[in-house]
Amino acid sequence: MYSPKVMQHFSNPQNVGEISDADGVGEVGNPVCGDMMTIYIKVKDNVITDIKFKTFGCAAAIATSSIITTMAKGMTLEDAEKIGRKDVADELGGLPPQKMHCSNLAADGLKLAIENYRRKLQGLPPKSGVTSGEER
Amino acid sequence: MKKVYLDNSATTRVSQEVLDAMLPFFTETYGNPSSLHTMGQEASAAVQKAREQVARAIGADAEEIIFTSCGTEADNLALVGTAYANRKKGNHIITSSIEHPAILRTCEFLEKEGFRVTYLPVDRYGMVSPADVEAAIRPETTLISVMAVNNEIGTIQPVREIGRIAKEHNVYFHSDAVQAVGKVPINVKKDDIDMLSLSGHKIHAPKGVGALYVKKGTRIQALIHGGGQERNMKSGTENVPGIVGLGQACEAAIRDFDKNTAHMKRLRDKLIEGLLKIDRVRLNGHPTIRSPNNVNVSFSFIEGESLVLFLDMSGIEASTGSACSSKNLKASHVLLACGLPPEEAHGSLRLTNCAFNTEDEIDYVLETLPGIVDRLRAMSPLYKEAARTTT
Repeated sequence: MYSPKVMQHFSNPQNVGEISDADGVGEVGNPVCGDMMTIYIKVKDNVITDIKFKTFGCAAAIATSSIITTMAKGMTLEDAEKIGRKDVADELGGLPPQKMHCSNLAADGLKLAIENYRRKLQGLPPKSGVTSGEER
Repeated sequence: MKKVYLDNSATTRVSQEVLDAMLPFFTETYGNPSSLHTMGQEASAAVQKAREQVARAIGADAEEIIFTSCGTEADNLALVGTAYANRKKGNHIITSSIEHPAILRTCEFLEKEGFRVTYLPVDRYGMVSPADVEAAIRPETTLISVMAVNNEIGTIQPVREIGRIAKEHNVYFHSDAVQAVGKVPINVKKDDIDMLSLSGHKIHAPKGVGALYVKKGTRIQALIHGGGQERNMKSGTENVPGIVGLGQACEAAIRDFDKNTAHMKRLRDKLIEGLLKIDRVRLNGHPTIRSPNNVNVSFSFIEGESLVLFLDMSGIEASTGSACSSKNLKASHVLLACGLPPEEAHGSLRLTNCAFNTEDEIDYVLETLPGIVDRLRAMSPLYKEAARTTT
């Protein structure tokens, strides 16, 4: 069902954890649907210097979280926010079709973390990407 | 690495005695039971012997057994066959909200055909109330279908009471007993069951063979037409080796019933006792009125698929619920019907044993599982949130 790379990142996920003094935090998903993800970033000179995640979800959700942290680390914010859901899935060697829409939240989580970093600079409150209800 | 198979409600291994019984019918006695020559008649006799073995296991008469290709086909024949054949009498069917998809999807099909279906609720343990069954009966009700044992949570339904109610109201009663045969006592006469589905691969026979018991006199219409095999109810050349295997498996299930169920129960209770020591875990299904082989638990803050895959990496094969739902992203309809919040239902794990499992295997699961739960919880943002709100 899953590619070897998905299984590799699922069984040995990279950058698990949280950053207590994160510059940006993106929290996305819906526990009702079985997937929820939090991405933490540290930013210096417009570059992501550290990134960590916490995920409640299936193997695909954990693997996408893990791989996006490895992709985004060292990128400028502009480049990191260009990472799309398809890029994450391609990097993992593909995802099962039924897992694409619900598991590949990582790109959304990273974008939200970057947005919240910028909002913080402007003194605005953070936005949440956590939804409620059965459908998404 | 140690291998522990605890997904016996999905499928079981074919036992040696079943395999031995089947083998000659592949290469030696491979005749078509419809053929008049000697080998055909030997095959026909083997099918008849299996019919008697299956009938004995559920207290039926041999001529009341129709062999099918699986439990799902038996369920379809029971529901669609009686719905169509009794359409003039009425168009209402009663079932429960926690049935297997073989029943639920068939009911949805019948709804599209103009039939009405009442889906009964269950209590927190997944139990159907006989009073609810009786209250749902209308003059146009023709069929009640309630499973004997739930495939996900193992709850044993009050089949005998429902059968009595159905009989009193002159309504047919079908029970999907795919998870019941060999695990709980079932007798179609004493339980007033008019139709009963069973499946070979859940009781150590191969996949691809099942049976439907149809009480004499039941009005039922065939779904598969052709050469008229199985009393015109299921045309198509018989799967002789599979049928022989099913017959042998039924004989063994009844012969070894007391020994096997005592063993399964011992393993089940040991597993439940050990798992309930883990923090924030709940037992799903009825605490006592449950199949001897079923354990279903929910771990808060983690998701079942990840748990099952990590267990697999440790050599333990289990399930998040119904194997048929593993590609379905929705939380288990059974657990939701029992009132679990969706995020808890997503964290369910089903461990189902059989007579071949050992205490050592259960010990290994109890040694391995807590570490996996801890690892996944350490990764879960929900666990952090919960820790924050409880401190």
